[in-house]
Amino acid sequence: MTSLAQPVARQPVIEHMHTVAGQIGRHVQFMEVCGTHTMSAFRCGLHGLLPKNVTLLSGPGCPVCVTAQGDIDLMIDLAQRPGVTMCTYGDMMRVPGSRGSLEAARSAGADVRVIYSALDAVRIAEENGDHHPVVLAAIGFETTAPTAAAAVLRAHQQGLDNFSLLACLKLVVPAMTSVLTLRGRSRRGVEGFLCPGHVSAIIGSEAFRPVADEYGVPCVVGGFEPTLMSQAVVALLEQVRDGRHDLENLYPEVVTPAGNRIAQRWIDEVFEPVVTRWRGLGTIPESGLAIRKAYSGYDARRVFELHPVVAPEPDGCRCGEVIAGLVRPDQCRLFGERCNPTRPIGPCMVSGEGTCQAWFKYGRANAPKPSCQSVTPPETDGP
Amino acid sequence: MILSRYQPETGPPPPPAPTLPDGPGEVASGSAAPTAEAPRVASDDSVVMAHGGGGQLTDQLIHQHILPRLGNPTLSLLGDSAVLPPSFNDRVALTIDSYVVQPWRFPGGDVGRIAVCGTVNDLSVTGATPRGIALGIVVSEGFSLRDLDRVLASVAGAAAEADVDVVAGDTKVVDYHDPPEIMLTTAGVGYRPFSYRPMLDRVHPGDKLLINGPVGDHGLAVMLARELPEMQVALRSDAAPLNHLIARCLSRTHEGVVFMRDATRGGLAGVTADIAQSTGLHVVLDESAIPIRPAARHAADLLGLDPLEIANEGKLVMIARPAAVDTLLMEMDGYGGDPWERPRVIGEITDIRDGLCELITTLGGRRILQKPYGEELPRIC
Repeated sequence: MTSLAQPVARQPVIEHMHTVAGQIGRHVQFMEVCGTHTMSAFRCGLHGLLPKNVTLLSGPGCPVCVTAQGDIDLMIDLAQRPGVTMCTYGDMMRVPGSRGSLEAARSAGADVRVIYSALDAVRIAEENGDHHPVVLAAIGFETTAPTAAAAVLRAHQQGLDNFSLLACLKLVVPAMTSVLTLRGRSRRGVEGFLCPGHVSAIIGSEAFRPVADEYGVPCVVGGFEPTLMSQAVVALLEQVRDGRHDLENLYPEVVTPAGNRIAQRWIDEVFEPVVTRWRGLGTIPESGLAIRKAYSGYDARRVFELHPVVAPEPDGCRCGEVIAGLVRPDQCRLFGERCNPTRPIGPCMVSGEGTCQAWFKYGRANAPKPSCQSVTPPETDGP
Repeated sequence: MILSRYQPETGPPPPPAPTLPDGPGEVASGSAAPTAEAPRVASDDSVVMAHGGGGQLTDQLIHQHILPRLGNPTLSLLGDSAVLPPSFNDRVALTIDSYVVQPWRFPGGDVGRIAVCGTVNDLSVTGATPRGIALGIVVSEGFSLRDLDRVLASVAGAAAEADVDVVAGDTKVVDYHDPPEIMLTTAGVGYRPFSYRPMLDRVHPGDKLLINGPVGDHGLAVMLARELPEMQVALRSDAAPLNHLIARCLSRTHEGVVFMRDATRGGLAGVTADIAQSTGLHVVLDESAIPIRPAARHAADLLGLDPLEIANEGKLVMIARPAAVDTLLMEMDGYGGDPWERPRVIGEITDIRDGLCELITTLGGRRILQKPYGEELPRIC
């Protein structure tokens, strides 16, 4: 090993990225909309390797982060009802609601279980017996929706009366177009999307066609390995350079044009698209999934007669603007000092895939001195 | 009850020890929820409160279960304290750690194995030769005696590997049954030659960081056994005593060995961030040189965790003088076949004084490595 204190030679893909960016000769801004892309980019130091005139924003891709405050409050309230077992995924536990979190509710005696698969919740319902309602708080995008649907179908098949699902599921494409509309009003728009690899495997790459064709924004489906992500950025740059707005799939080993039809059929069987509220993006038509009437016996909102709540976000928290790519995490006055992974205030600091946590762990807050030529934070336009 | 208070003449002569079906570390899979269904009454096959009461059942526990597996001239005296031989010019090293792991048995080991390895390694990385281990067992009423035998056999197996005796012990039985059902505490004492000084104040810019094998296996094997037991993953805990390896290195060049730490909780990131912070120097790691098995990488991806932050139980991070690196790599490379097990140089200490640890990624990017924040929560999708 030669001395690590010296600058490292650029890999060919990064070299090529710089060449293409140079040919464009102006600032361009892309957005990824997947929590795994967010983490992968920070873990491999991609932001520091991007050409000076290229910014990669993190959009609404972290399931925990986009969940509206009102939905989080609903989960906590429901968990606190006597006899209710609330099942949720691990990173939901610490998200602060208006009053406490699921973790706090659990330590105060509520029965909250961390699960890894939606079907675990059905199994718990089977074991619990008829008199103990089990609720699955289903959050996430098209990646978690099929297993949530499978859970409802399984419960239906087994005639379980004590299982229900609190659907807070969201769809990626409406969020992307909403970002374009939102950002249209700001100084600089998003000129390309790095489309999420996992979601695309379910919905198929063709689902992004309207974004490319109707909104005229380049879309590239990319994988998660550092090189694959870099290649996707290069493809976006080439489209901008050539004045194209195409849909490209650079992850064909996992993503097909039509996606996973079985998973799509499950989603369609159980859920229907509805208007839903997002943190940071507001209410977007046809952007959420609600349980169809045929399965309303498994809809926690009906079973427990829950009414949609609009709750204020934590005081001073700018997670919403961070999700929309309108501000950098360090532009939030809570960032670092008052809101950090040990004591998170907003969801983007709770989740391992949240932009704020990624910034705190890998980004500017702890960036080395300039002598180490490192981790340049993404440049965005200011608030 | 205190093991050493036992009076030999009060009990019946101990029957021959039952032969153990399982050797240490011979557990095929961590998937079984070990003893959740064990009956809580039958003292024939499970632990009862009276096993900790200091009476005849306690004697039985000692003579039928503990001494046959852990017995040695010092322990078998059953004195109030173990008395160890003197070592005149050496310094005495003392350490203690408690081991709580759920499930208590996992691919590649169990709580008994890590209890011995952890304490042996804590002594060894300070340059001390382990001389004796004291073992405290806290076990739930209803824990099966067969499983207790397995844990004891694991303790014995790991102690034999490390060539160190369990010289004192204590057992308590508690009546709460929530996991973990068995907890071990091991204290270790060792002697360190006066001239050995593997300490952080000897770290200089230019020194290299070495590691003796792949990281992340232990924590991920345990986590998968706990959270996704239905998954079949070819990952085994790396729990192993490091004292022989360290002794070989120190005997070749104790001047060349600047500092050592075993990368347990907090993983490699925790150790290197600590080194940077404590020395105030800038530490650079080369991601492409850090060995991570593909199975560990995939398991970490699945759980949304960073393999560099995952606990190990048999990984040594060594800071060495550049001139000693080749010798030390040769001494560490004693384990043959598996290319992942080869020791490697993974980084170096630079002369920048900012107390940060930086990782050069496989893509050529750079990022800061920090200590993890505590419990890592597996992610959603």
